[in-house]
Amino acid sequence: MNDTLSPGTIGRRQAAALPEQPPQLWKSVKPKKAYDAVIVGGGGHGLSTAYYLAKNHGLTNIAVVEKGWLAGGNTARNTTIIRSNYLWDESAAIYEHSLKLWETLEEDLGYEMFFSQRGVLTLAHSVSDVRSKKRNLYANALNGIDSEWLTPAEVKKLVPIINISEDVRYPVHGATYQPRGGIAKHDWVAWGYAKAASDLGVDIIQGTEVTGFDIRNNRVQGVHTSQGTIAAGKVGLVAAGHSSLLAELAGFSIPIQSRPLQALVSPLLEQVLNTVVMSGAVHVYVSQAHKGELVMGAGTDAFNSYSQRGGFHVIEHQMAAALELFPIFARAQVLRTWGGIVDIAPDASPIIGLTPVENLFINTGWGTGGFKATPGSGWVMAHTMANGRPHELNRPFALDRFETGHLIDEHGAAGVAH
Amino acid sequence: MLYIPCPHCGLRNETEFHYGAEAGVAYPEPNTLTDSEWAKYLHIRANPKGWLAERWVHYAGCGRWFNLWRNTITHEIGPAWLPFTTKPKAPGNIGQEGPRV
Amino acid sequence: MSEISFSFDDKSYKGHPGEPMAAALLRSGLLTITNSTYHGRPRGVVGLGVEEPNALVQLVSGTMESMLPATVIEVAAGLAARSLTGIGALPDHPEEARYDKTNRYVDTLVVGAGLAGLKAAEEHLRAGREVMLIDDQPGPGGHLRQLGQELPPALREVLAHKNLTYLCRCTATGLYDQNYIVAIERRSDHLGNAAPANRARIRVWHIRADQVVLATGAFQRPLIFANNDRPGILLSHAAATYVAVHGVRGFRTAVVATVDNQGYRDALRLHKAGVTVQGIYDVRPGAGGPSVDAARAAGIPVRFRATVLDTGSNTAGALDNVIIRDLDTNETIQIAADLLAVSGGWTPIVDLATHIGIKPKWSAEHAAFLVSHTTDRLRTAGMLAGDFGGDDDPSVYFGPALDEEQSRHAYIDLQRDATLHELRRAVGAGLHSIEHIKRYTTIGTAHDQGKTSGMLTIGALCQLNALSPGDVGTLSFRPPYVPVPFAALAGRERGPLSDPIRITPLHQWHVEAGAVFEDVGQWKRPWYFPEPGEGMEAAVRRECVAAREGVAVMDASTLGKIDIQGPDAAVFLDRIYTNMFSTLPEGQCRYGVMCKADGIVFDDGVTTRLGKNHFLMTTTTGGAARVLAWLEEWLQTEWPDLKVYCTSVTEHIATIALVGPKSRQLLQELVKDTDLSKAAFPFMHSREATIDDIPVRIARISFSGELAFEINVAWGYARHIWERLWALGAGYGLTAYGTETMHVLRAEKGYIIVGQDTDGTQTPYDLNMSWVVSKKKEFIGKRSFQLPHLKAAGRLQLVGLLPGNVDEVIPEGAYITVHNAGPDEQGKTPHTGFVTSSYYSPMLGRAFALALVAGGLDRMGEDVVVPVGKNLLRATICDAVFIDKENLRRD
Repeated sequence: MNDTLSPGTIGRRQAAALPEQPPQLWKSVKPKKAYDAVIVGGGGHGLSTAYYLAKNHGLTNIAVVEKGWLAGGNTARNTTIIRSNYLWDESAAIYEHSLKLWETLEEDLGYEMFFSQRGVLTLAHSVSDVRSKKRNLYANALNGIDSEWLTPAEVKKLVPIINISEDVRYPVHGATYQPRGGIAKHDWVAWGYAKAASDLGVDIIQGTEVTGFDIRNNRVQGVHTSQGTIAAGKVGLVAAGHSSLLAELAGFSIPIQSRPLQALVSPLLEQVLNTVVMSGAVHVYVSQAHKGELVMGAGTDAFNSYSQRGGFHVIEHQMAAALELFPIFARAQVLRTWGGIVDIAPDASPIIGLTPVENLFINTGWGTGGFKATPGSGWVMAHTMANGRPHELNRPFALDRFETGHLIDEHGAAGVAH
Repeated sequence: MLYIPCPHCGLRNETEFHYGAEAGVAYPEPNTLTDSEWAKYLHIRANPKGWLAERWVHYAGCGRWFNLWRNTITHEIGPAWLPFTTKPKAPGNIGQEGPRV
Repeated sequence: MSEISFSFDDKSYKGHPGEPMAAALLRSGLLTITNSTYHGRPRGVVGLGVEEPNALVQLVSGTMESMLPATVIEVAAGLAARSLTGIGALPDHPEEARYDKTNRYVDTLVVGAGLAGLKAAEEHLRAGREVMLIDDQPGPGGHLRQLGQELPPALREVLAHKNLTYLCRCTATGLYDQNYIVAIERRSDHLGNAAPANRARIRVWHIRADQVVLATGAFQRPLIFANNDRPGILLSHAAATYVAVHGVRGFRTAVVATVDNQGYRDALRLHKAGVTVQGIYDVRPGAGGPSVDAARAAGIPVRFRATVLDTGSNTAGALDNVIIRDLDTNETIQIAADLLAVSGGWTPIVDLATHIGIKPKWSAEHAAFLVSHTTDRLRTAGMLAGDFGGDDDPSVYFGPALDEEQSRHAYIDLQRDATLHELRRAVGAGLHSIEHIKRYTTIGTAHDQGKTSGMLTIGALCQLNALSPGDVGTLSFRPPYVPVPFAALAGRERGPLSDPIRITPLHQWHVEAGAVFEDVGQWKRPWYFPEPGEGMEAAVRRECVAAREGVAVMDASTLGKIDIQGPDAAVFLDRIYTNMFSTLPEGQCRYGVMCKADGIVFDDGVTTRLGKNHFLMTTTTGGAARVLAWLEEWLQTEWPDLKVYCTSVTEHIATIALVGPKSRQLLQELVKDTDLSKAAFPFMHSREATIDDIPVRIARISFSGELAFEINVAWGYARHIWERLWALGAGYGLTAYGTETMHVLRAEKGYIIVGQDTDGTQTPYDLNMSWVVSKKKEFIGKRSFQLPHLKAAGRLQLVGLLPGNVDEVIPEGAYITVHNAGPDEQGKTPHTGFVTSSYYSPMLGRAFALALVAGGLDRMGEDVVVPVGKNLLRATICDAVFIDKENLRRD
């Protein structure tokens, strides 16, 4: 036998069993005639909004209305990277709030979701890349966010399989590292929120499409759905991938373009990567999930689409870059690819807050980075809906920033910000 | 990999093109607009589910901009037309059977 | 055919070249291939091809691909493999196999070379079309091959047709928009040691077809019953093929459980090969047709309304007996058997069709989801379209009623060890959507992607909720149809080919001079030119001093250059740049800034007016392509009335910057036909000249504030001019410098680098460049300067910083805080800007920096603090121009 497998990779490995799911998740119900508040969109952000409305603000006569199956949109279609080391103060504040919530979320919801703070590395590949990553680092320090600079040798120590040779096309010049960053099991996050919200009395209504809004005197009174009209004191639009369509139904326009963002997984592999590695310069975003599959994010397709599929050339292009960084991946396989529809704002930052219609609120524009914001987004959206005004963390992310010009431009710093 | 009909070069793979979002958003007379109207020009572009009249440029080919009807659900490609020429009608709705390829 | 040896789990086995490794292992009596991933239960071969859920192995020979089913690996000389428990390994030695890609445009692509596919190919060939036929098997025939039968002569002729390209071992992995198909062709593994060294192991085909015919066939599906995972339980078609075609002789006594007539055909094949078939247990109340008649005529006992309920194992864990339940009386009987052949109906392979959003439709008659989709560009054929051939009359049946204990070992997804029990728990937990159930149970997520388990899940849900499969719908299939190695997708785009490298005509000189390079986009640019033993700091200081006190030279050829011509060129530039260009006299140069419509600076550079209607624009190195695209976009889509033509000349014109007090003297030695004196050749003027009869264009442009000349010359002549400068330069102490020194020199003068001293949020006003913003004309972005935030007080503005410690170069990117500011109770420290550029200046004899500071232009002289790690560095805000504020040096 050609016994050239490296030590430690020979022999069958028995996988550890996954935790057993709870016997009861959420009750699927038919809509009531009226609610104090209706949240349109049953993804992670919508469910966390519902949960925090119930838990933090005592609003339990509320419903989450989902067109398809719960958490079947971007919650089910992302690479689950969690971090908070964003450049601008406004972004850092909301993502860090979110990360703090992540750190106690399993306890808070009483639900295991494989939240793992295995650290997130963001690689730099050129002199200017190093400069902008270091700026990010200094900004993080002032914002109280854990983030450190690693030399290529330190990167190699943390991720032994990475190629730090100077000979590759874009060598690794260093990296920022956020130790508190990590990953979580996406479905279980949504289910945890759904279960907790359902337990607090929130109605979870699936298979129900919002087809219009009952708006009188510029104030929303309810939503028209495929199951009839539901009266609502307040309505929150939390439907990534469909935000602009809902806004049009409510009579206003938002600066959002919807694009496919692709990702892929490999079959189960023995553990080779214990850290999340991101490289905006060469479009590699990779982690190894708990079961052992490599989860990789690719770039967005160039055009608007609602099709939840993208062009295969995007994946092929990414593979070339991935193998430069991780030669060991050559023998891994692409098992499944998929696309999610991400809502992208002109400044690559979210839009959370009031709309031109009274009592109608919106939460959109998370682009390629929404998963990590799931707890924080719901927290501030719930606050905004409950109080009729934004939380201090989402005030900068108001819709009117596009009129004042006060954009929060994360393009330069974040690239495709998985 | 969309197959895009460049009006000058014929069908070419998507990777030869760059995208330009909604077609037909003319540069307004800036000084007559309120901040809100100007912001709308700067930032708001159509994002429909279904047929979208959009702009592409064949940057790796003839380098020319043109407009195209494309369906954002099925990725069906409709007619292309040149800037400042008459916009063709949007193609009809898709059948129940699924996309025409 | 002669037998050869191969290795599996370090043991030697015999097999025929080209047969499935699974067949050879079974023939040798190896029933248990591995243990299951989570439950550790013994598992053996189940199927015939890529649907195989159990017999996953890793190649140890050749490339060592991480995971493949033994049912698709062909026996070849030198083959070695090891078993996996559903978890692959990644060896860390380099993968050296070759992978390539190719493109193909055809009239018709037929996927599947079974009877239906061959017939479709024949039709299209007859219509005069060029046809490509791809199939994942080693040879054509599909089902016929599995029966060990030859192709009819007519179809053999199809394969020989001159307009047909037939590829075996070529799997269509994805169907994409506009009939774009990605397929992978495995080209060398089956040759084993005999494979030519330079042959690509896998070729990725990108196929664009005018018409596509999907004739992908079907998988046989298993049934859900207790202990349905034991070695010795196979799909009936697989079992019969292994026995009848591949000569597997280990099975003596078989039981067949069926829902259709396929079970009868397979029972007969087993019987004819010498296996004792104890009985066919058919869930249907009765059955007819030639298959049934033939099995009965052979004396195989048949029992209707009966099926398998449970199984027992021997000490090795393999099948030992089968428990049959009478579906009317619920009585059970136990039958000894070492083979249980299961025929649960056919599942047409709908995967490719669903990739582009086609929804398969349930057909109760076929007990299957079918795709009968037909357009003028795409159609289906064969089993996928509902043409099942034989006399099948399947029952819609997925397994007997099981109690809770039985359900714990009734496997739906063998590879994930997901059972009926877990599926029931999922439903009990409130889940209805099949997508939720998949996620709760992990069914369908393993290497086989639910090829057999998908339909069983739908069936089990139907049983629980009294639904029809049509109500439940199929799981969504995503590309690829089978796992594809990363290496195949990367293809040849590895190493230096992973992204194009752009070099200037002087690159080789730089390499020979020992330059250290930096990547700027795709360009390789010299960063600095260290002398032996010199580090970056010393090299840059030496280069800076040479430029300021002697003469130094830089290769600026990467600058973007756009030739702009036409009667409206000047008007056009007035609209593009914030400042005026129509007033620029011919033969002169002007610095310009351009903004996007949002008022934010996006590129800058010097543009020279070569003639009344002719300009040469320069852009930043990284901005060249996007600036040209920007110009074209406005010309083509907004201002078609302007007669202007833009041409990229970046790689036509090389640019050599000769800088320093001695530059004039040195250059004048070379340039005989043009007076370079201050009076004859003023600053920001441009002249045509010759050097050694080579036409050049010389401009008095300075990005350092020093006396400087930019020599533009045709790309191919650059090395000559450069060498000539060096030949004469020895006497002047000519020094080469790189981008780092360029940065120091320009920063000393307060000149910005777009992208370094800007971050996509600065207006020209923020950069203290109100002088570059024309009040007299309209230009792109002007309206945005009136937006509230863009004219608000306290915006970040470009200033200089002088560190308190003259030797302390403050790190670029560091943030600036006000005096005594510390973290608030949330751990946040308020800041007032950040350092954009920071260097040591040999001329100043101290460190200095550029920074963007809130309201900075009104804060000259203010002391600030820059926290760097635990250190608090002190600095003073100052003007951004550090050297020669009076602009005396440039002349």
